[in-house]
Amino acid sequence: MNKNEFVNTLPKFSGANEYKKVERKLVNKKATSSTVKFLKSMPEAFDELKISDGMTLSFHHHLRNGDYVQNMVSEEILKRDIKDLHYAPSSIFPTNEILCKLIENENVTTIDTNYLNGPVAVTIGEGKLKNLLYLNTHGGRPRKIESGELPIDVAFIACPTVDKNGNGYGGKGNAACGSLGYAHSDLEYAKKVVLVTDNLVDKLDRVELDGKYVDYVLVVDSIGDANGIVSGTTKITRDPVGLKIARNTAKLIDELGLVKDGMSMQTGAGGTSLAVAACVKDYMIKKGVKGSFASGGITSYFVDMQKAGLFDELKDVQCFDIGAVESYNTNPSHHGMSGSKYGNPYDDPVVDYLDFVILGATEIDKDFNVNVATDSYGKIMGGSGGHSDTAHGAKVSIITTNLIKSRLPIIKEHVTTITTPGEDIDVLVTERGIAINPKRVDLLEKLKDSKLPLKTIDELYDLALSITGVPNTLPTHNDVVGVVQYRDGTIIDKLYKIY
Amino acid sequence: MKTAQAGSVESNDCLVTVSEASANEIVISSIVDAFFHSQIENVIKSTLEELSINNVKVEIMDKGALDYTIKARLVTALERMGK
Amino acid sequence: MRRSTLFIPGNNPAMLQNADVFGADAVIFDLEDAVNITEKDNARNLIHYYLATHSNLPMEVVVRINGLDTTFYQKDLEAIVSDNIDTIMLPKARVEYLVKLDEILTRLEKERKLTKKIKVLPIVELAISVLEVNEVVKCPRVDGVLLGAEDLSSDMEVTRTKEGKEIQYARSAVAMACKAYQLDAIDTPFTDVNDPEGLCKDCGNAISYGMNAKAAIHPNQLDTINELFLPTEKLITWALRVEKATAEYAAKGIGVFSLDGKMIDKPVMERANKILVKARKFGAI
Repeated sequence: MNKNEFVNTLPKFSGANEYKKVERKLVNKKATSSTVKFLKSMPEAFDELKISDGMTLSFHHHLRNGDYVQNMVSEEILKRDIKDLHYAPSSIFPTNEILCKLIENENVTTIDTNYLNGPVAVTIGEGKLKNLLYLNTHGGRPRKIESGELPIDVAFIACPTVDKNGNGYGGKGNAACGSLGYAHSDLEYAKKVVLVTDNLVDKLDRVELDGKYVDYVLVVDSIGDANGIVSGTTKITRDPVGLKIARNTAKLIDELGLVKDGMSMQTGAGGTSLAVAACVKDYMIKKGVKGSFASGGITSYFVDMQKAGLFDELKDVQCFDIGAVESYNTNPSHHGMSGSKYGNPYDDPVVDYLDFVILGATEIDKDFNVNVATDSYGKIMGGSGGHSDTAHGAKVSIITTNLIKSRLPIIKEHVTTITTPGEDIDVLVTERGIAINPKRVDLLEKLKDSKLPLKTIDELYDLALSITGVPNTLPTHNDVVGVVQYRDGTIIDKLYKIY
Repeated sequence: MKTAQAGSVESNDCLVTVSEASANEIVISSIVDAFFHSQIENVIKSTLEELSINNVKVEIMDKGALDYTIKARLVTALERMGK
Repeated sequence: MRRSTLFIPGNNPAMLQNADVFGADAVIFDLEDAVNITEKDNARNLIHYYLATHSNLPMEVVVRINGLDTTFYQKDLEAIVSDNIDTIMLPKARVEYLVKLDEILTRLEKERKLTKKIKVLPIVELAISVLEVNEVVKCPRVDGVLLGAEDLSSDMEVTRTKEGKEIQYARSAVAMACKAYQLDAIDTPFTDVNDPEGLCKDCGNAISYGMNAKAAIHPNQLDTINELFLPTEKLITWALRVEKATAEYAAKGIGVFSLDGKMIDKPVMERANKILVKARKFGAI
């Protein structure tokens, strides 16, 4: 069976609420043990763990573009020329470029991840990965692991600080990254768990990764480059178009009655998203509103809002900057959460309690389907991350984007790749108007006297094309290189080889 | 050989170079070529036609310019060449 | 009637393409200071073809040409005078230049069979122009005056400050002349785009001298300007009460009455009316 035929045998997406009809599948957690074995080198780890052809190895991406751990493992695989491995990192960054070689040599032949950009994405887009790329969501990955659909032989968990009992914590050490949310499922469900650290201490006061699940601790010189892990500061955009979008978004949120006591929200870390947060903050202060929580990847911006008393707590799956890491260490209202608790549809996830979420889009179509996985040429450049999870969970999901980027209209007749289904997207805010998903009659009703520039998405589409001209449609691609898995595991779209 | 330039390679702009040739020739390089190649070509052709020009080579390096920008840059380049 | 005017550099396609989204009452497409002298032709053509494909812009279209003391202005006018523009902004305005500009515009309007009469916004930015301002406002087509404090300060050899004591006289003179002829008195831009508080204070200063609009050099300044140059909610509420009471008393044949213990007579009613006209025009009521 070739890849195209195989993909057609996988269950297809048929609705964002279909998961409710399927019972949660849970396999047993891994065996616990009161002892851990300390390893001195990667070769020793490979020998001890008997890493061999066909195994599944997992990693997390909390060290982002500063990660050394996945690369160290990859180098050892290259040396030993182990074949046909299944890699399951929660994300892949440009720094993981060595993986390209492993793909070309067929050392790695299947990949599961939630987000990827850089050379590895290019290599996969060139059709070089022997089997499939499975693009999951942040909530879908833990679901896939706990259900046994993604069994992991060995989890290599980069951990900034580890104690002598094998307990781990992410907020301290040279490679401090804060919350280790995406590593929890790997810790609990992998057959074998190795914590890789460069900071071994006698005893940790605060533990995030429980040593009872840990089989080995590998101590190395350095697990990551601090400069690539967290950015110094996250900044609000100064771009006037981005700010205009942000102001209108905040106004809309206010008019929808979402600025109220107990409110909860999430935004991305991009400049426009932070500008929305800044504008919402002003409304909260003006109205004297106190929110319950802000969640997601946490930035200093939300840390400051929480400190100013605007939210009871922060629910943090991943720290985006140094300010967030510091707060994670010291602020008792700054709580870590696992990827599963964040977005797993079966884990009563935090996303289900969000009042609203601000999200981006590479493309959106007339049915409100969103693409954040590929560009308009079909080239892989991202992935859902928490997009589909939050869009489904939040009461109101809002896409903010420029209507036109470099002459390309962002609204399409059909998106190149569906990552988040239109049924989960409620609002699109652009600099030239706001479109409400017609399915949300309740929102339209609330906005009926609004002075905001409300338009239908078809009107915005026509407006964009009247400015740019009608773009040619590209020839369709035929050779499947991967699939986009919705959070319940069903296939919502395919990824193709591009020429 | 007479040649002239107008525009820039800033985003949403384009750099147009014109030079004398025996017949019209258009060379397009664009960041949105896959989507707008024919539209860019049409603007250039119709502009040359409007000005009854049939002996220039037009080279455009496009960074996502809209039609009116392409036309303006082309006209300026031609004016600068003395057309 | 304007609250805000936004300068957009004439040779910048990226900014041009979003000129209409920021809510400026008027956009000034600049062929003068924002365009290098080697790129004047490029900018003229760009603005020309931009406007040719945008005949339905939601705001007043103003083009700042180069001064009549330069060699550029004739080509500027040749390139941009059409039904697609509303207004010419004239830098370094003098009475003699305004007269000459009127002649050229009259000729071009006739030759090109324009369906509208183009207005002129002179910039008062020379000491001599401040002295002439009472004549400037009487020139044909003049529809308002922009005070240009940067060039004026240089002409006066004084340091430009955020507080603006150095332009008190010019602000008063421009506001007085404009108000005398019911024209817009447009205040000089606040040049520090990263100082929103300074912008607020500067707007307050301008308003206190009688300026009724302000130029912006960055789109991010527009929301503040548009808000501050609208009558406050308190004033609007007061004006609405005056309007209502005036109508009620008028029905009884009473022309002067008292409201909250204060006498309401014709000048007060007119002031209330002006507030309401403005508030209604800009959607504040």
